[in-house]
Amino acid sequence: MEKSLKRPALLAGVLIALIALPVVADATGYAALTSLATRVLIYGIAAASLNFVLGYGGMVSFGHAAFFGIGGYVVGILYQHYSLGEPLFGFISGTNQLLITIPVALVVSGLMAALIGALSLRTGGVQFIMITLAFAQMLFFLFVSLKTYGGDDGLIIRRANELPGLNMRDKQTVYYVCLAITVLFFVILWRIVNSRFGNVIVGLRQSEKRMAAIGLPAYRYKLMAFVISGMGCGLAGALMANFLRYASPDMIHWTKSGELMVMVILGGVGTLFGPLLGAAVFIVLESILASWTENWQLGLGLILLFVVLYTQGGVQALGARMFGRRA
Amino acid sequence: MTLFLEQMLNGVQFGVMLFLLAAGLTLIFGIMGVINLAHGSIYMIGAYAGTWVATETGSFWLGIPAALAAAAFTGAAIEFLVVRRLYGRDHLDQVLATFGLILIFNQTITILFGRQPLFVSMPALLDGSVELLPGLVYPIYRLAIIAVGLLVALGLYLLINKTRIGMLVRAGSTNREMVRALGVDIRLLYTLVFGLGALLAGLAGFMAGPILAVQVGMGEQILITTFVVVVIGGVGSIRGAFFASLILGIVDTGLRAYLPGLLRQVMVGPEADALGAGISSMGIYLLMAIVLLIRPKGLFIRNS
Amino acid sequence: MNFRRMLLAASVSALAALPAFAAEPVKIGMITTLSGPAGYLGQDIRDGFMLALEEGKLGGVLVELVVEDDGLKPGQGKQIAERFLSENGIKLFTGIVFSNVAGATIPDIVDSGAFYVSPNAAPSNLAGKECNENYFVVSWQNDSLHESAGQNATNLGYKKAFVLAPNYQAGKDAIAGFKRYFKGEIAGEIYTRLDQTDFAAELAQVRAAKPDVVFQFHPGGLGITFLRQYEQSGLMKEIPMVVAEPSMDGVTLAAVGDAAIGLNVSSHWNSDFDNAANKKFMDAWNKTYNRPVTYYASQGYDAALAYASALKATRGNIDDADAFRDALRKADFESVRGKFAFGPNQHPVQNWYALKVEKGADGKPVLKTVGEVFKDHGDAYAADCKM
Repeated sequence: MEKSLKRPALLAGVLIALIALPVVADATGYAALTSLATRVLIYGIAAASLNFVLGYGGMVSFGHAAFFGIGGYVVGILYQHYSLGEPLFGFISGTNQLLITIPVALVVSGLMAALIGALSLRTGGVQFIMITLAFAQMLFFLFVSLKTYGGDDGLIIRRANELPGLNMRDKQTVYYVCLAITVLFFVILWRIVNSRFGNVIVGLRQSEKRMAAIGLPAYRYKLMAFVISGMGCGLAGALMANFLRYASPDMIHWTKSGELMVMVILGGVGTLFGPLLGAAVFIVLESILASWTENWQLGLGLILLFVVLYTQGGVQALGARMFGRRA
Repeated sequence: MTLFLEQMLNGVQFGVMLFLLAAGLTLIFGIMGVINLAHGSIYMIGAYAGTWVATETGSFWLGIPAALAAAAFTGAAIEFLVVRRLYGRDHLDQVLATFGLILIFNQTITILFGRQPLFVSMPALLDGSVELLPGLVYPIYRLAIIAVGLLVALGLYLLINKTRIGMLVRAGSTNREMVRALGVDIRLLYTLVFGLGALLAGLAGFMAGPILAVQVGMGEQILITTFVVVVIGGVGSIRGAFFASLILGIVDTGLRAYLPGLLRQVMVGPEADALGAGISSMGIYLLMAIVLLIRPKGLFIRNS
Repeated sequence: MNFRRMLLAASVSALAALPAFAAEPVKIGMITTLSGPAGYLGQDIRDGFMLALEEGKLGGVLVELVVEDDGLKPGQGKQIAERFLSENGIKLFTGIVFSNVAGATIPDIVDSGAFYVSPNAAPSNLAGKECNENYFVVSWQNDSLHESAGQNATNLGYKKAFVLAPNYQAGKDAIAGFKRYFKGEIAGEIYTRLDQTDFAAELAQVRAAKPDVVFQFHPGGLGITFLRQYEQSGLMKEIPMVVAEPSMDGVTLAAVGDAAIGLNVSSHWNSDFDNAANKKFMDAWNKTYNRPVTYYASQGYDAALAYASALKATRGNIDDADAFRDALRKADFESVRGKFAFGPNQHPVQNWYALKVEKGADGKPVLKTVGEVFKDHGDAYAADCKM
């Protein structure tokens, strides 16, 4: 299935480079590289989650920012109730512990994905794209009108969530926490993709009729995949809220869904590490171009166009071809 | 009663505006199977080109051919240079490519025209209001938009139902492969449809000039609403796009106009207003979700 | 192409001309919004700021302005701030246009001991509980804008107002601010949408309610749309309007044109102010840029003057943060708006003025100052600020 894991040497090399990155960044005077890499890892998780339904399952969701935003707001809302000392709904007390907020973010985004997925999966094709967009936009407008949680201005999280024994105010620590979670996430994703469940999901993309013919309940499988994917995005959102110390409705806006989709396509649809690579390319390009010229959007647009027209299968495929390997 | 009629007119006017954009989008979508996110950019280009020419020459009317030409030319260029290479490809590649085009167009317009919104003057002929019924005063310009929109709808109806091109378009939107198999010059048909869609978007952009702000990013604002129209009406159906536009225009206007008032009957003032605004923002998405759950292919496509 | 490291041509030549003891320029990081529909706001803040530089110097100290576009994304703003802090070693910041970017970015800047002088956004939390000794605002506190509009409506003798603003935080704050100082009754209240392109439904309701006056807050393109449609519907002749400056800046006015004539605006600055600093600013602006001036530009200019005053007092030594802060607090500069001082939360205490849109000498509409609305007006949040 996934050939890139059969290249353990390459993977180990990348992992070592990622572990060494903050040290190298500090030593060379490019300390902000660590934060850039943190953002890449977080978006990588979100993009890979989206890719699970989009690339493997063939369900083009244009509303995954909803789960990203929910993850972020779970952290933000729990922190606000913690800092004000007022329980949520009068009985759920707030918290600033990462070990609690992350699981809560996973559960809430999973439940939301189950709800949205259950309705959306009754449609297919273009209609599926649009109905997922519709639900995300409804959530967007909901959070914009929620004055209690900052409305359009968003929620400021004065201090990042705490993790026992670690100083989460240190940027390198945050990076390593994100890296550890990213590695764990990709291991789990790899297991899922290569499991029987993963095979069924890919099979459903190729032919739903064939899968139905051998007696598999397509709807239930797809919903399951959608929920897993939503939880992944929720995880990324929770991490992002901790990293930015800020959650706002623009985490849910359709442009964010679009960006996630661009990352997936840019990296390579239906590959395990493609989305991570796509996130890296997108974010690094955006930062470099923006620091270079104020007309950065023009450059980014041209590069995206080039990638679509002249590489078949995104940056990963391009790299593979350049180095004479087959992806 | 006159207030209600006025709101209905407002809904229709918003609806025909959406229709001009949705007609092109649904054809491109239905016939070529291309998701064209850059359709909003063409709308913006029409607005800028038309407004610029109108300001430079001092004549609103000269702006019309300029807007149409610029939009159609851009549309044809997009088709020829980019979209043509993507017909056989995945929808996702089209999304990425046309997203790239949005960035390129927005920045190019910024470089050419600067960051300030443009000023558009209103032609003297269309300035002012008329009293349609006692107590019902309505701006002439908006009536003109409604008239143009309905004329375009009629023209498209005739084009699609009475001409050979229209026959091919109809055939193309029901069964693309069959048209190709029959040996029709599909390339020419594609370029024509794309150009026509762009032309209508440019017209919409220019007409929007005097009532909206001509600025960078004006296309994306309306793009998503247009997609909602296309999906509610049923992809590829001009008839569907027409009725869906009107329904959406009227529902949206109606919600904004009457929902806060209704809520105020049962709640305190300010909360009702804020909640009403929130719900009416969600209104079109809610409508789309409901339509799709009942008729997964849209209102005007028979489910097979 | 405009490169970020805008080591201005002037400062390059100045460096070259000076003997070897010339110090390194003091870097000032400007994070602002340059792309998208709101790009002109950031552009004006940047260009206004640059006008205050004299041969690359502020207060006699050589500076290097580093500008970067946040794209109106809070995450992007935060990332830029971090790179400026850690890689470029920047200690002085300014530029942010929008409250949401400010909310995500400013805490990081001031937490790390750097200074931030706001040329625009000033959300209420940062003015109250979350205030910080390294955070200064030269523009206004968000609420003051609309409080001045409310007072203006009261002064003009209106008894019954209809209010409209988009359904988001700043919109709700605007309506709350207006109501705080408007003494008449509210005939109706409508929350519009941020992505709205057609206001016909709302205008019909305004007409039906028959108020004395309309107050609306719709910044940027939204405001242009609203005003055009208001005028086209014939309402401008029937019901007068009061707005605060974000709904009617120089660019909006140029885009709306004659439709805006008769509008009542309240503002802390106007291009016709009769003081030496403002004349100098307006001369420089008209000479350098061929476009209408906005109050954003004046705020960018004042932000530069505020930094200049502190740089002058400390002779460019920004390592002694306490001395630099004390110098900034004194606000020892000639603001283009005349009287200016910082309140206890380091937000301005200033006068607000009533303006009216009239036909100018060249036939184009201009904003004319007609009176005063508030004297030495501060903000309500200063009480919550413990510094």
